[in-house]
Amino acid sequence: MAALTIAVASGKGGTGKTTVAANLVLSLPRAQYIDCDVEAPNGHLFLRPEIRERTSVGIPVPRIDPDLCTLCGDCAEACELNALAVSRTRVMVFPELCHGCGVCSWVCPEPGAITEVERRIGEVASGEAVGRDGSVAFAQGSLDIGEHSPVPVIAAARRCADEDRTLILDAPPGTACPMVETVRGADYCLLVTEPTPFGLNDLKLAVEVTRVLGVPFGLVLNRCDLGDDAVLRYCREEAIPVLMEIPFERTLAEAYSRGIPWVEADPAWRERFEALHGRIREGLER
Amino acid sequence: MKELCIVSGKGGTGKTTVSAAFASLAGNKVMADCDVDAADLHLLLDPQVRRQEAFIGARTPRIDCELCGECGDCESWCRFDAIRLDFDAGYLIDPLACEHCGLCARVCPEEAIRMEDTVSGHWMVSDTRFGTLVHARLGIGEDNSGKLVTLVRREARRLAQEQGAELIIADGPPGIGCPVTSAITGVDLVLAVTEPTPSGFHDLERVASLCRHFSTPLTVCINKHDINPENSARIRDWCASNGVDVLAEIPFDPVVTRALVARRSVVDFDCGPVSDAVVGLWEAVSQRLSEMNRSGYAIPVNSDQLLMRGSPGP
Repeated sequence: MAALTIAVASGKGGTGKTTVAANLVLSLPRAQYIDCDVEAPNGHLFLRPEIRERTSVGIPVPRIDPDLCTLCGDCAEACELNALAVSRTRVMVFPELCHGCGVCSWVCPEPGAITEVERRIGEVASGEAVGRDGSVAFAQGSLDIGEHSPVPVIAAARRCADEDRTLILDAPPGTACPMVETVRGADYCLLVTEPTPFGLNDLKLAVEVTRVLGVPFGLVLNRCDLGDDAVLRYCREEAIPVLMEIPFERTLAEAYSRGIPWVEADPAWRERFEALHGRIREGLER
Repeated sequence: MKELCIVSGKGGTGKTTVSAAFASLAGNKVMADCDVDAADLHLLLDPQVRRQEAFIGARTPRIDCELCGECGDCESWCRFDAIRLDFDAGYLIDPLACEHCGLCARVCPEEAIRMEDTVSGHWMVSDTRFGTLVHARLGIGEDNSGKLVTLVRREARRLAQEQGAELIIADGPPGIGCPVTSAITGVDLVLAVTEPTPSGFHDLERVASLCRHFSTPLTVCINKHDINPENSARIRDWCASNGVDVLAEIPFDPVVTRALVARRSVVDFDCGPVSDAVVGLWEAVSQRLSEMNRSGYAIPVNSDQLLMRGSPGP
């Protein structure tokens, strides 16, 4: 079997996605970590990579040439996102609303009146961190402050994937388009949750979207002893494999709060995360 | 009427826990759950839905197979790889990849693609033991969450006016993207709940930048402050040098999870020092709100339009 792409996701935030993703990547040989939580990218705080390259991510937005524009209004009428408005004297562009679909330039009857210029919305930083048996390839997408569209930044970050390495994708919380963009096309999705009513509610949403995407998935139950058994009952009913249960330990929470991955605080965790990877592979081979 | 929005940047720091406690402590108010992607506040408030409305987020293309000549123009023009040819079914639209721009419908020479209104979620008005709650559920994999947040806020404002409520308490979404922007633009006060971890701090800085960007007043509460006292001190220092007030620090206690499992807020369930800290936080927040100049942070007259403008997108 080729190297896997494993997305680590959860409906609810703060359940331990980044912790699981960072510890998993540090426990595997020839691995790569890509932070797709571009609104709140945090993996770098635990992996402490050396960043070698930063690349801007942009989307094409329209620029209107006032000398060629006849103010016909076709572009504003066609734009489904209201990113263009026509006044009596000029066409106004609201670039932060534009998704770069190109419909305005397609409908414009005046050749050259609309050209597209790249507008920066974020960046991808890539480099290397120290992992097991050498280096862990690292990349992270980061959405600029005040920008609205995480999806192109996620897509750009995912393009850093090296297919020879086991790829761990750290997904954003929720089940909307940024989560979909991350989990789509992965070989496997690890859903990380906690045994609380919030954790269960958001897990059900994440399960629904992961099933629609056709990505096989299993559960990591974090802080498994703080809460009730409703999540485990749900997993039994839905035949969702529970691959790992992590009890709450104040020492773990404190290591996390100092930015220290568990596998560094206690090497026994490395074996547990290796075993997790083994169970994922077994599940896929079956 | 004042609007308070509770955010965090990083998820799971305790936004909803704080929101539910405020719901219990505040008098005449309307609650709004602006986390439309993974709404959880209703789990603690046990709402009886009074009214439910469909949310028409964006128009979605539909291909009429009878008319389609399979020329492939739609597939080659689409910039989001949302159209592909299926051997049996012909050209298909992937609804999770589609950005609803409508270019496919325009380029189709057979006019076989029509843009149709689609329901991409629901929003609800409910009665709870703590008063009115406006909440919503975005369909899975949908975009336009900002637009739905705007709808929730508008309805909450309308109901607050109708009920003569003085305050709207909104449980915000995580992150700093489109839904957060829609949740905080024009509110009177933002309360960021953070935790003394590298991620909590890092994301607090990003939320603070976003608040500065939109000139929204920000205050902070440090949750689980005793998990790492050095980091808590660092957050306090950073807040002091950035003119942001830390209104309270809440200790870590697993009893909070027990309250959650019992579906109670931390002020309706004996959480000891946690309950005390959250009550203190509420007093500080309400004091801050009452000190605010009524007109100073008022929502602009044409705020609906402004919010709509600033809102669409994923």
